[in-house]
Amino acid sequence: MTTPTTITRGPAPTRGSAPATERGPAPALRRTGRYAVLVALALVFLTPLVWMLITSLKTYTAAQRIPPTWLPDPVSGYGYEQILNNSANPVLRWFLNSMVAATLHALLVLATASMAAYALARMRFRGRGVIFALIVGTLFIPPASLIIPNFLIVDELNWLDTLTVVVVPGAASAFGVFFLRQFFLSLPGEVEEAALLDGASQWQIFWKVVLPLSKPALATLAVLSFLTNWNDFLWPIYVLFSPEMLTLPPGLGLLQGAYVTDYPVIMAGAVLASVPVLILFVLAQRHIIQGVSRSGLKG
Amino acid sequence: MADVIEVGAARGDAPPPAAGTSRRGTSPGRAGRATPYLFLAPYLILFGVFGLLPIVLGGWLSVHQWDFQLPNRPFVGLANYRDLFSSDSAIHADWWAAVRATAVFTVLSVPLLVIVPLGLALLLNRSFPGRTLFRAVYFAPYVLGVAVIGLLWRFLLDANLGLVNRLAAMAGLPPDTPWLTALPWAWISLVGVTVWWTSGFNAVIYLAGLQDISAELYEAAKVDGATAWERFRHVTLPGLRPVLLFVITTTVLASANMFGQSFLITQGAPGTETRTVVWFIVEEGLRDNDAGRAAAMSIVFALMLAVASIANFRLFRYRED
Repeated sequence: MTTPTTITRGPAPTRGSAPATERGPAPALRRTGRYAVLVALALVFLTPLVWMLITSLKTYTAAQRIPPTWLPDPVSGYGYEQILNNSANPVLRWFLNSMVAATLHALLVLATASMAAYALARMRFRGRGVIFALIVGTLFIPPASLIIPNFLIVDELNWLDTLTVVVVPGAASAFGVFFLRQFFLSLPGEVEEAALLDGASQWQIFWKVVLPLSKPALATLAVLSFLTNWNDFLWPIYVLFSPEMLTLPPGLGLLQGAYVTDYPVIMAGAVLASVPVLILFVLAQRHIIQGVSRSGLKG
Repeated sequence: MADVIEVGAARGDAPPPAAGTSRRGTSPGRAGRATPYLFLAPYLILFGVFGLLPIVLGGWLSVHQWDFQLPNRPFVGLANYRDLFSSDSAIHADWWAAVRATAVFTVLSVPLLVIVPLGLALLLNRSFPGRTLFRAVYFAPYVLGVAVIGLLWRFLLDANLGLVNRLAAMAGLPPDTPWLTALPWAWISLVGVTVWWTSGFNAVIYLAGLQDISAELYEAAKVDGATAWERFRHVTLPGLRPVLLFVITTTVLASANMFGQSFLITQGAPGTETRTVVWFIVEEGLRDNDAGRAAAMSIVFALMLAVASIANFRLFRYRED
């Protein structure tokens, strides 16, 4: 840590002796200025999302107008109707597939990563150092560089074009184990030791003591795993083929190919794919943001 | 390494072994030596099959001519690698064009993805009403997948029907910029969309780092009469150094792995100018059925990124002196 002693070398401004003046004569003006910047930035981040929703409620002709109009006039269910009655592009089926896949994936990650992380954090055994080093080592390998061999492996397992192929392989990621191990190490060990003295087995301690204490971390990992799986694009577009097997991301690609510039339909699909994760974000915002910031601090 | 199972033994506050033999004598027997391995087994199976095996298999593929549709997959030594580096091979020009596209995107996007989120984080790093709301709004695009934001921005950047040119016209700028079909616009679009999409993510990481800087340092600096800029330069930046290194390293990797944005938004246009390495590898391996050459490219690509990451660490360590 660098000490801030260098600061004293800075040229002391003549008005420096009066800290109050440094904030300027009109703090109210400064505050208004800050909010103006904050709101302008919020518009930059939100306008595209609002535009997606607006367009999904337009008719085809309304969306083709040049220049584009701000409000849908008339408000139309055209885009959503196209999506719901479309056997070539079964968007509802994709939605269901994504929901099932992301949920199962999150559960698989929770189960496997929590057990492995508990062993690595709390037990001593031969090979622990090597196993942990291997797991951490793969954090540094870009996942895209393993796609070709992984494709061969799932082909050999006959998993291509099934939901299994988007549920299971991603759970090999080292992130969950690493994340939970850090959390388990931060737990105080007294309760576990007391349970051990009471004659509890490792499994009972894990299941009845450690997991209940770890609910926030488990929730964070579950939400992050769900999001990652729901949004995954590169892997599913190459391992799922049949229209009824697709998840939403590759499905949306198909939708764009089929409707080209029929934007109300494409945007209706995008809205459908966004709503669950946006709801999840609103409900679990604290978990998501904590998870992300903790992943940064490990570095 | 001891082969008895002792809860708490891994921690510094564990009792000395002598106490353990009397008090915990029962536990190893009950738990059994196999216990840790049983806890690890489910994950290790997944990790072995989809984490370690692909690494080995990738190396093996890369020295074979491997076509999914042909029964014969002969050993070809380093030929797949040689093809990437000798200018008379059929793949040489396309491969290096993809490397160049990836490098262009990385060099253009990383500085913005490091600086813009830092600005956002500094803006949010004080308490005021609505802070949590603004943080959530800035982060929101990141929870959407690349498929959604790709479709959305292909529409927004549509030269005729898109909102971006509409807003440009209202601001008195040219109303017909070909955002998706001509250079340099295609790169500006891809970088701009990525900054919009992922800035909130890096901002949240910065915010956590900023909160770890002791308020006393700022107070001391203020007492010493440091200006806002001086406080940023001499307190904030040094305090953020580890977080900055993390952000730069992960952002370089993320940008170098870019795929979905150019696949969906520019669709490689103009021509194949915006086709990235990851895209080229999967096309070669899974569409053109040349898994051997694609595996060789994957390995060369992974090595390039390793060199970039090491260079990052080096650069930062030297700057610390």
